[in-house]
Amino acid sequence: MPEMLSLSNDPILFVTVMLAKILAVFIVVILIVAYATYAERKIIGRMQTRLGPTMTGPLGLLQPIADGLKLFFKEDIIPAQASKFAFVLAPMMILVPAFITIAVVPFGGNVVVGGYTVPLQIADLNVGILYILAMAGLGVYGIVLAGWASNNKYSLLGGVRSAAQMISYELAAGLSIISVFMLSETLSLRGIVEAQAGGITDWYIFSQPLAFCLFVITSLAEVNRTPFDLPEAETELVSGFCTEYSSMKYALFFMAEYANMVVISAVTATLFLGGPAGPFPGAINLLLKIFFFMFVFIWIRATFPRVKYNQLMYMGWKIFLPLALLNIVITGAVVVF
Amino acid sequence: MIKEFIQGLSITAKHLLPGNSTTVEYPKVKLEASERFRGLHRLVPAHNREKCVACYLCPTVCPAKCITVEAGEDENGVKYPTVYQIDMLRCIFCGYCVEACPVEAIEMTGEYELANYKREDFCFTKERLLK
Repeated sequence: MPEMLSLSNDPILFVTVMLAKILAVFIVVILIVAYATYAERKIIGRMQTRLGPTMTGPLGLLQPIADGLKLFFKEDIIPAQASKFAFVLAPMMILVPAFITIAVVPFGGNVVVGGYTVPLQIADLNVGILYILAMAGLGVYGIVLAGWASNNKYSLLGGVRSAAQMISYELAAGLSIISVFMLSETLSLRGIVEAQAGGITDWYIFSQPLAFCLFVITSLAEVNRTPFDLPEAETELVSGFCTEYSSMKYALFFMAEYANMVVISAVTATLFLGGPAGPFPGAINLLLKIFFFMFVFIWIRATFPRVKYNQLMYMGWKIFLPLALLNIVITGAVVVF
Repeated sequence: MIKEFIQGLSITAKHLLPGNSTTVEYPKVKLEASERFRGLHRLVPAHNREKCVACYLCPTVCPAKCITVEAGEDENGVKYPTVYQIDMLRCIFCGYCVEACPVEAIEMTGEYELANYKREDFCFTKERLLK
């Protein structure tokens, strides 16, 4: 294998390759986000014996574009009593962490470009998992800020709920990952993928089924997805933190929700399903795993009602957290003995 | 609890299979109206004109008072309506006119797309009802 491409041995090529990787990943994520809304409406429609969008283009395929255009041309309202700076900042604060988390997810092995080895991953951080947890924690600032800046009691309640939910579920999610890197002995996502490279039986979903379930459920709660979408509960909080948002800012919140779904799908696939490993070449395996998780999330949304706030807290602190701790103890015992 | 979760998921999955949608894509696909459906009225034609003998039973029985009839006589001395109008904005589609008619000159069709742009367009004259 030739030398690893870095900023010191060929700066121009390095920057070019980096930009190409970033652009490719960004475009793919944006496309998935756009068509996840379409897929969600179609699948939930079918599950509720409706049809979903059918009129915009063949099979309604142009619906996401039509929605985007519509939101783009809507009037952008900032409430008179809102804190303007924070109000404008909040949608960006929620979207940016959602997108940059994907940077540490490896989407393939190594390729050789211009005599150097290039890893198919934007950044191979040696603290990859910590980075993911940190970005997941940052995402909640956007929601809290949006809720507070709107100067609206429902929005504020949504923001506060989001913070409380985040604290309760971040713990369990983080603890469930710990058992994974106890086995892999590295925090780098590339290292974790390599540790699972031996074949399908080496995937951590088989050695860590409990951690897998815990991580999927708690991540669902972390990105405020149904059945844990209390911060934007339409029925009680009139869509919570995004009540006062309109136009493109509202669209940013939506994009962030779907981008978060893509990210947790990608992270779950990397941590538990061997990342890009599988029968097809490279990134396609990862995409298929992402689509699978997205489908499951949509399926869950179509099936289960929202949990109550006390149930949410009960589950977070009394079920998931002890289970995650128990899982760590068992994993530790197995690793040591 | 897990069993119920799986049960719920399997129900939604079952609905996802093709052929389970109950939606009719209305303007493209239309459901057949029932035989007894009471839609737009139609005056039944006889050999050369309408069967109606202008007996005034239908405007008399009409609870919405939406039928206007004016009687006339042709060269053979047979009574026929010179004017027969139904105001569809007033009509409640009760079908009493059909029941009252002694010669079965009026009936109700399955036509239900009666929206229009002008008030005048809701006034169905004899010519329009004969179609």
